[in-house]
Amino acid sequence: METILKIRNISDITNKLTPHNSDLTKTTREQVTVEKLILKKFEDLHSCLRVNQNLPELFKEQHIKYLKDNLFYLPSSYESLDASQTWLCYWIVHPLSLLGVKLEDSDKSNIAKFLGKIIFRCQSPEGGFGGGPSQIPHLAATYAAVNALIILGTEEAYKIINRQKLYEFLLRVKQPDGKFAMHTGGEIDIRGAYCAISVASLTGIMTKELVDNTAEWIVSCQTYEGGFAGCPGSEAHGGYTFCGLAALVILNKGHLCDNQALLRWLVQKQMKMEGGFQGRANKLVDSCYSFWQAGAFPIIYSLLAKDGHILLDHLFDERALQEYILICCQHPQGGMLDKPSKPRDIYHTCYSISGLSIAQHFLNEKHVLGSYRNELVVTHPLYNIRPDLVAKGLIYFRNFNSGGST
Amino acid sequence: MSDSSSDECDTQHVLFKNRPEWSDVTPLKQDDGDEPVVLIDYTEEFEDCFDYFRAIVQKKEYSDRALQLTKTAASLNPANYTVWQYRREILKSLGKDLHEELDYIGKVILKQTKNYQVWHHRRIIVEWLQDPSKEKYLTEEALAKDPKNYHAWQHRQWAIKTFNLYDEELAYVDQLLKEDVKNNSAWNQRYFVVNNTTGFTEQILNNEIDYTLGKIKLLIENESSWNYLRGLLVHDKKGISHNKKVADFCETLYNEGNRSPFLLAVIVDMCSEQLTYDGGDGDSIYTVMRAKELCNDLATQYDTIRAKYWVHMAETIEKQAKEQDIQDTSSSTK
Repeated sequence: METILKIRNISDITNKLTPHNSDLTKTTREQVTVEKLILKKFEDLHSCLRVNQNLPELFKEQHIKYLKDNLFYLPSSYESLDASQTWLCYWIVHPLSLLGVKLEDSDKSNIAKFLGKIIFRCQSPEGGFGGGPSQIPHLAATYAAVNALIILGTEEAYKIINRQKLYEFLLRVKQPDGKFAMHTGGEIDIRGAYCAISVASLTGIMTKELVDNTAEWIVSCQTYEGGFAGCPGSEAHGGYTFCGLAALVILNKGHLCDNQALLRWLVQKQMKMEGGFQGRANKLVDSCYSFWQAGAFPIIYSLLAKDGHILLDHLFDERALQEYILICCQHPQGGMLDKPSKPRDIYHTCYSISGLSIAQHFLNEKHVLGSYRNELVVTHPLYNIRPDLVAKGLIYFRNFNSGGST
Repeated sequence: MSDSSSDECDTQHVLFKNRPEWSDVTPLKQDDGDEPVVLIDYTEEFEDCFDYFRAIVQKKEYSDRALQLTKTAASLNPANYTVWQYRREILKSLGKDLHEELDYIGKVILKQTKNYQVWHHRRIIVEWLQDPSKEKYLTEEALAKDPKNYHAWQHRQWAIKTFNLYDEELAYVDQLLKEDVKNNSAWNQRYFVVNNTTGFTEQILNNEIDYTLGKIKLLIENESSWNYLRGLLVHDKKGISHNKKVADFCETLYNEGNRSPFLLAVIVDMCSEQLTYDGGDGDSIYTVMRAKELCNDLATQYDTIRAKYWVHMAETIEKQAKEQDIQDTSSSTK
């Protein structure tokens, strides 16, 4: 079923503005400033709507060009991400795949080769991947590298992963009480658990020993607010909540957390005026949470379905989220931004496009804002990779396992 | 010692390849392959520094000049965890003065407050020294700039919990909430302190409820204070709807005409709690019917962005009520 959604009336937006004089806290002052920027975007769009009924439009060609350009060249402002080079690969190849980019065979092979080369150089002799050539292995860099290779989906890409060494690396950073350090001697938080569980499940190297006590540790990160924190005691946060929930569900332990409290917190993170999500209570909207927060919904639906709750629709406002992404976060020359007034970057491009895909799809239905041309390919909410590519990778490594054991 | 001051006054950066004291080292280029992807257009200074960094790592050189080099590398990219890890190895190997390191990383943190690696480095140095005496002050400096800085709060919690520094923490939280009652990180810290010190005993619970209701009166449209209230009530053995003080507070607000979604949401929970609560009285104002009406009001008027959630809640409550009915009927016929 395909539904084309129409945008909210401007009065539905203006009546949700935070009153200017409601209080004078720093939080409210900053919120009011952002709302003004966003209202301007919505008003501009409404003026254009009179001429073009198909708005808002996803600037597909521009985003594709922006991502492809960045695949080969990044300006020196990306030096701060020199220790995140495998992430740069993932943040580019994933949104391209959601945009349905089918590269020429020759291009594909070239990119695979380039990626293969750079990622091969990032792979450590001791297992796992570092953030760049000759950097020590790191769980987040490993997650990004494995995801990028699975998105490439070629045998050449799969074969780059040294699974035996990867497993040894994962065991090395595993702590006795179930949590994971990001690298040897590195910080410990819930990202580590998700990254380790995600790559282990994708490459078929999951064992009981690897995840002993991990689900229990993750559950201890759920806070009184309902979301998950980076470690026990900290504040509920969108990125960490996604990590906690996705990791639990991959482990088939979703029932261990308080789903009702989690859902209550999650829905509350959608901003009533902006339509996008915030990462924590009383913080500002940010497009990256379009995935981290909205991406948790399909995972929750799977848990509710197990409990016999049959849903007929999203539990967040998928129209308002698409409005925020399409109207407020697109750069006219391609790429996406955190919020109006911020520069574009590939991190926000990846997670805005991922979140847009989440919002557009409910089970097998399509809920697309603007014209049908805005539709993106579906993403797998647990891994944020296209489901067909997840399936292909899983089959490859399963066969590898049975082949290897004989 | 010069180690902590030399770089900061450096106005003219001399490339390592032009420094005589580095002439014995052959720089090691990053191996990007013939046809690289995601190639960053590094500045000359960046490339030069990391070429030498790779070279000393390969040689496993633990020396003063290597320590100095890691400082330049970390200033060019504080997120390079390999640099910090290597720096720690040098510090250990040379037996360096860790108090000096603590001063240095403190300065770096205040320039780079949102970075995992610098805070982690700080934590390791504090662990090595077993001296947490400066951690509260440092995090307060960082929080003065951004009272919601996640890393700063996490570090502060770690120091407090590890070295038992809970004294005065509630006063600090209270100060922050006076400055900004919407600071959710401060509310979270309040929960952390109570949970790890007194726990939520009946008396503490009572005090905390008074405190929170006072803050809600100050500003009703505030998710943080309502979330905290709900967090408190989880510890109330009687449940959410049987705390008379909270129930009266909510009913008064409602009867005064307040329709804050946060208020209505709590009343919905009070109603739905009745479904599972044994020994509820017959004339309770918290009924399934009222819950459904409130969900409908929220969905259509007061919290329309969450309309689908409130419809879902109404259905869930209805379904639970029916299941409860069946249970009650079957148990009464036994």
